[in-house]
Amino acid sequence: MDPLRVLSVDGRLVGEAPIDLAETRRLFAAMIAARTYDRKGSALQRQGRLATYAQFEGQEAAQIGSAATLRADDWMAGTYRDAAAMWFHGYTWDNLLLGRMGDERGGAPPAGVNVLPPSITVGAHMIHAVGLGWAERLRGSDRVALTYFGDGATSEGDFHEAMNFAAVFGTPTVFVCENNGWAISMPRSHQTSSETIAEKAGAYGMPGVLADGNDLLAMVAATREAVARARGGAGPTLIEALTYRMGPHTTTDDAARYRPGDDVEEWRTRDPIDRVRRYLEGAGAWDQGWEDDLESGAGADVEAAVERAESLASLSPDSMFDRMYARPTAVLEEQRRSLFREEGGLS
Amino acid sequence: MSEISMARALNEALDMALAGDERVVLLGEDVGATGGVFRITDGLLERHGASRVIDTPVAESGIVGAALGMAVAGLRPVAEIQFLGFSYPAFDQIVSHVGRIRNRSNHRFTAPLVIRIPYGGGIGAAEHHSESNEAIYAHTPGVKVVVPSTPADAKGLLLAAIADPDPVIFLEPIRSYRAVKEVVPEGHYTIPIGEARVARPGADVTLIAYGAMMRDVGRAADTLADEGTDAEVIDLRTLSPLDHETIVTSAAKTGRVVVVVEGHRSAGLASEVAAVVQERALYSLLAPVERVTGYDTVVPLKRSERHYLPGPDRIAAAARRALEG
Repeated sequence: MDPLRVLSVDGRLVGEAPIDLAETRRLFAAMIAARTYDRKGSALQRQGRLATYAQFEGQEAAQIGSAATLRADDWMAGTYRDAAAMWFHGYTWDNLLLGRMGDERGGAPPAGVNVLPPSITVGAHMIHAVGLGWAERLRGSDRVALTYFGDGATSEGDFHEAMNFAAVFGTPTVFVCENNGWAISMPRSHQTSSETIAEKAGAYGMPGVLADGNDLLAMVAATREAVARARGGAGPTLIEALTYRMGPHTTTDDAARYRPGDDVEEWRTRDPIDRVRRYLEGAGAWDQGWEDDLESGAGADVEAAVERAESLASLSPDSMFDRMYARPTAVLEEQRRSLFREEGGLS
Repeated sequence: MSEISMARALNEALDMALAGDERVVLLGEDVGATGGVFRITDGLLERHGASRVIDTPVAESGIVGAALGMAVAGLRPVAEIQFLGFSYPAFDQIVSHVGRIRNRSNHRFTAPLVIRIPYGGGIGAAEHHSESNEAIYAHTPGVKVVVPSTPADAKGLLLAAIADPDPVIFLEPIRSYRAVKEVVPEGHYTIPIGEARVARPGADVTLIAYGAMMRDVGRAADTLADEGTDAEVIDLRTLSPLDHETIVTSAAKTGRVVVVVEGHRSAGLASEVAAVVQERALYSLLAPVERVTGYDTVVPLKRSERHYLPGPDRIAAAARRALEG
């Protein structure tokens, strides 16, 4: 199976562009912003200002290209590596940063933004996306739910249960597997004996699409069709986005222990941002000054978000008791009093 | 008004919830055409349709995970798992997601769903069908755990669970489904979650139980009454959050406490109740708190199950020890 490709590595159209140049510029700008955030995130972690950080460098097209096909009120359920998609769909930099700073307020996106907090457990959230879309269908709404997961997650039982439920009930769910080649130290070749992940869709009775995940336009084309199918009542689709995790699993990990550097260099030549830049430049829709402005604008946005997140008033020491239920139970209130007694003089 | 069983009362509650709130949907294995393995959802598919009463593939994680997604999107799903012993494939969904979505989203997303699960032994069922591992879920933050013991409680507690803004694991004692019938109020009513009930007031010793054990405790209390002992019986009704006040008030009054739990002994509900009593009512106690429980063994199969399950004799004997203590 050859992956769907619209842009060649050197930025030439080899298929029909699903979006015009203006929209392509908008998505290019989003990829630049995402990479700016991602590099800032790694840097902040090294400075001890963020807890563990999961880089997504190399996966910007897979995330932005797919997220761009959603309507503002559609649902998204992703993972800790899907910051670009989540941000594009309305989760703020503040949300993302607070989450990585270890503050539960990060998990609450602005009203109207239907993005679940990033799933840390692998695979379980795919089923939530099935339920989200299913509920919308039962309520008579045409919202769809898109879920992101990695190649490693396809080994989880919940991948099977989610795919099976979605297909059996025809739920409006779009499954986007970002096959980035690695599940921490485990290469894709050891994850499954299937030739592709996309082909697993056939066994569930849904379409499976293999797309070049580093091709922004291919991702837009593949996901746009899947979203249209879901919204139109034709059920779920699995999209396998072939991409590569350029960084380690997280900042706690040293990929050099298990991964040959040649692969990374090879994939760097297929960088998703470079490819769109070449395309736009060829069409006379790019210049260095514009990209510099994008970078500095995104840098300033992220920097401002970092400042806000770091200066946000601390959570009250007993806030944990308030987040468990709509109203804290009597048992939790007793434990709150116990916390006050033990830590003394808290308010 | 006629007398009905717990099974019938639960069916009425579900029927009423489906009729009264279009956000309510039922989903689970065999809940539709067959009306569930215990026929609790009997007739509901016919009355409310296949989009409200949903037969699912055999996948407990899928059922609970989908119910969570539905709840986040604004429905009020009531999921059924066929037996407590089959709930473990859904454990990750319950512990890692159902009980956490409110916390991890700082109240932005919530999970007002109910997971109904028949539990407990006493019917000589196959392996895995007699589990009473409710302590696992009572130990889990973010979910509530409710266990009715009577038909009237079953209806009112289930309607309260469906209306609750937070996830409720609703455990139905298999042995009590059709054991007794009683007059159950008609119409919609709720019984507050988190409140225990003094099932029988008394002065000499407190017997604390829930679910199927309540009938055995009642029989033990009758025996004790014949011996001149006035036992107070408390039905916990909710295991999480536990109603400390009712427990402590009774313990302080009688000074003697027996906790009766069908589940395994170690790190279980009886241990928790005993701990609450000694923390809050130690100086009222006239005897050590007695635990009458299942053992730390796999629930034996039919031929020897009776040796595992606490019964009236063991309960009465424990009460006598407490009275002597």
